[in-house]
Amino acid sequence: MFRVAPLRPGRRLLAAATAMTTPLLPEDFLGLIDPLWSTTQLRGRVVARRRETDRAVSVTIEPGRDWDGHRAGQYVRVGIDVDGVRHWRSYSLSGPQDADHLTITVQAVPDGIVSQKLVRDLPIGTIVQLEQAQGDFVLPDAPSPLLMVTAGSGITPVMGMLRTLDAAGAVPDVVVVHSAPSAEDSIFAAELAAMAERRSGLRVITRHTGEQGRLDLAELDELVPDWRDRDAYVCGPSELLDAAGTHWAATPDRLRVERFTAPARSTGGSGGRVEYGDRAVDVEPGTSLLEAGEAAGVLMPSGCRMGICFGCVLPLRDGQVRDLRTGDVHGEPGDLVQTCISGASGTARLDTP
Amino acid sequence: MTATLDRPVIDTATVTDDVDRHPVRPSLQLVPSSRREDVEATTSLTPEQIEELGRRLDAIRDRVLAERGESDAAYIRKVISSQRALEIGGRALLFAGVLPPAWIAGTAMLSIAKIMENMEIGHNVMHGQWDWMRDPKIHSSTWEWDNVSLSAEWRNSHNYMHHTYTNVVGKDRDVGYGILRLSEEQKWNPYYLGNPVYNFLLSLFFQWGVALHDLEVEKVVQGQKPLSRVWEQVKSIGRKAAKQFTKDYVVFPALAGPFFLPVLAGNLTANLVRNVWSHAVIFCGHFPTGAVQFTEEQLEGETRGQWYVRQMLGSANLEGGTFFHLMTGQLSFQIEHHLFPDLPSNRYAEVAPEVRELCREYGLEYTTGSLGKQYLQVLRTINRLALPGGKR
Repeated sequence: MFRVAPLRPGRRLLAAATAMTTPLLPEDFLGLIDPLWSTTQLRGRVVARRRETDRAVSVTIEPGRDWDGHRAGQYVRVGIDVDGVRHWRSYSLSGPQDADHLTITVQAVPDGIVSQKLVRDLPIGTIVQLEQAQGDFVLPDAPSPLLMVTAGSGITPVMGMLRTLDAAGAVPDVVVVHSAPSAEDSIFAAELAAMAERRSGLRVITRHTGEQGRLDLAELDELVPDWRDRDAYVCGPSELLDAAGTHWAATPDRLRVERFTAPARSTGGSGGRVEYGDRAVDVEPGTSLLEAGEAAGVLMPSGCRMGICFGCVLPLRDGQVRDLRTGDVHGEPGDLVQTCISGASGTARLDTP
Repeated sequence: MTATLDRPVIDTATVTDDVDRHPVRPSLQLVPSSRREDVEATTSLTPEQIEELGRRLDAIRDRVLAERGESDAAYIRKVISSQRALEIGGRALLFAGVLPPAWIAGTAMLSIAKIMENMEIGHNVMHGQWDWMRDPKIHSSTWEWDNVSLSAEWRNSHNYMHHTYTNVVGKDRDVGYGILRLSEEQKWNPYYLGNPVYNFLLSLFFQWGVALHDLEVEKVVQGQKPLSRVWEQVKSIGRKAAKQFTKDYVVFPALAGPFFLPVLAGNLTANLVRNVWSHAVIFCGHFPTGAVQFTEEQLEGETRGQWYVRQMLGSANLEGGTFFHLMTGQLSFQIEHHLFPDLPSNRYAEVAPEVRELCREYGLEYTTGSLGKQYLQVLRTINRLALPGGKR
């Protein structure tokens, strides 16, 4: 297939072409042929989906040319349109690190707008938005004996590491202690078993918490007697990560954890404490963010003061806001909110100009 | 506002029918804009009725907001990709513009592409109609249009000044664009004898008119605006205009080599067509007979309901088919657009019958007509107001 390759060395050519496309960019027209040919927005195309369990899928994405690749264990922020609205979420990369395509593995959470969409209804060919891979939950350069303690979808970054080691034919001494509610709910169970069969260095201990109860880290003394001599990677729910922090209190540099933090949601109610840049203001119920900011002396952009001109919008960094006209609480990090018709609903943070 | 009376607000058959269903049906009494009265006096509605009307309009708005979704997003994406395909096609055909059929087709396609870009896409995206999609490429804060007027300046003069102070003489600078006399409120002087000529020139150079309109030069004269701010604006408009000019009149003609002239002529024509068309549509939105003008005093203590009434009375619709509505950027639903400026434009057609029904129920004029008829009324107003005694 024709690739955009001729354009790559010619970024300058592309810049010159903006004289023909102004006020748009050449990519806005090239995007009619292939949306991945963007130099300002990294995008990807869904090329495969594989069901892992009843509520988990692996999604393979062909990234645009600007994708820098990833290190095993990292995550990627993915922007997906659901009902016409773009949502950004972070997912661990479960594929090996030198693959052409990237793979994320997603487990549906009950009210998850995005995870439900990914698991239930994401057609092949869908275009998604991407950011470069991030995170320092990565394999050490010279692997020493490793211990991976994972629960639920916490296995996904570890799977990326194991596949990377497996693909390089260099699986060192690794013990994986993975917890899942049941065998049916255990993501990658068959693949892990097969890999353990093939690679003598790999030992997989699976815990089905539905029958055997939750793992107590004290059990490691019995399951992995030499756990203190291993570099530990822990990924799963925050209870597990907190317990790991306590368990490795004596040797914190032996421990790496990956914490998935959900974006801060509204705590509900009207009014709340809102940070405008570095200034915190208590916003009364019924008072708009614009009025409250101005009253506190924040230099606010403003316009019609009735929600029609979009002259007062500021980016929301944290928390959510309440639409004073409808009572609707909304917002995700990065959203531009109309401060003249939005009030507080719990804590939030705005960027000021 | 005598001219209104030669067209009955509602035909008598409907009136008799309505009396049964709406026993307290108020009657419409449009007042001349020179009378200093508030919106309530513009109609014979009671304050309670006006607020009730406001709540019913809010309910329409809330319903559409709740329904927004996948199909709306698909609509704007399709319009954008069609517009871009048309533009590429039009420019490609113009390279073969020495052949008259190719020149005509190419120029027509480019004209349509430019109109779609300005009207259905640029205008509506900059209103924030598509911000809910959270796509930074289709967002009011990032969109720049194919027009010499800078989107940032335009958002202030249009979204804020025009949409907040719709048809308020002295506040809404779209009344006359600082050039024309479009209201009896504007004191006559001999300059206005040229009204028809200024209007003709404005329609030809409309994009420049809009760009210069953003400068608000009269405010400098009145000492309300520092000259330094105007200079900043002039520089940024100049940069934008230079890029627009280079694209249409240098780069594309030069790429055509020996066929420089047909491409240049095609681009010039497309810009002219777009200017004349958007001028006509926009002037028909607020200045045909029936559209009311207001005074600054009427703004004082204005409630949401009163604001709604002012938007309805100050705007006028145009009748036509689907393609016509697309080419007007749905500003053929000017009344609905002014009531709900940030609702996705593809929804105006759907809420229009409800708005019209509300107007009928509350006895408010729902000004609508064909483009030809409305434009003739606009021209008549412009001609009349060129003279000192002229009424709209």
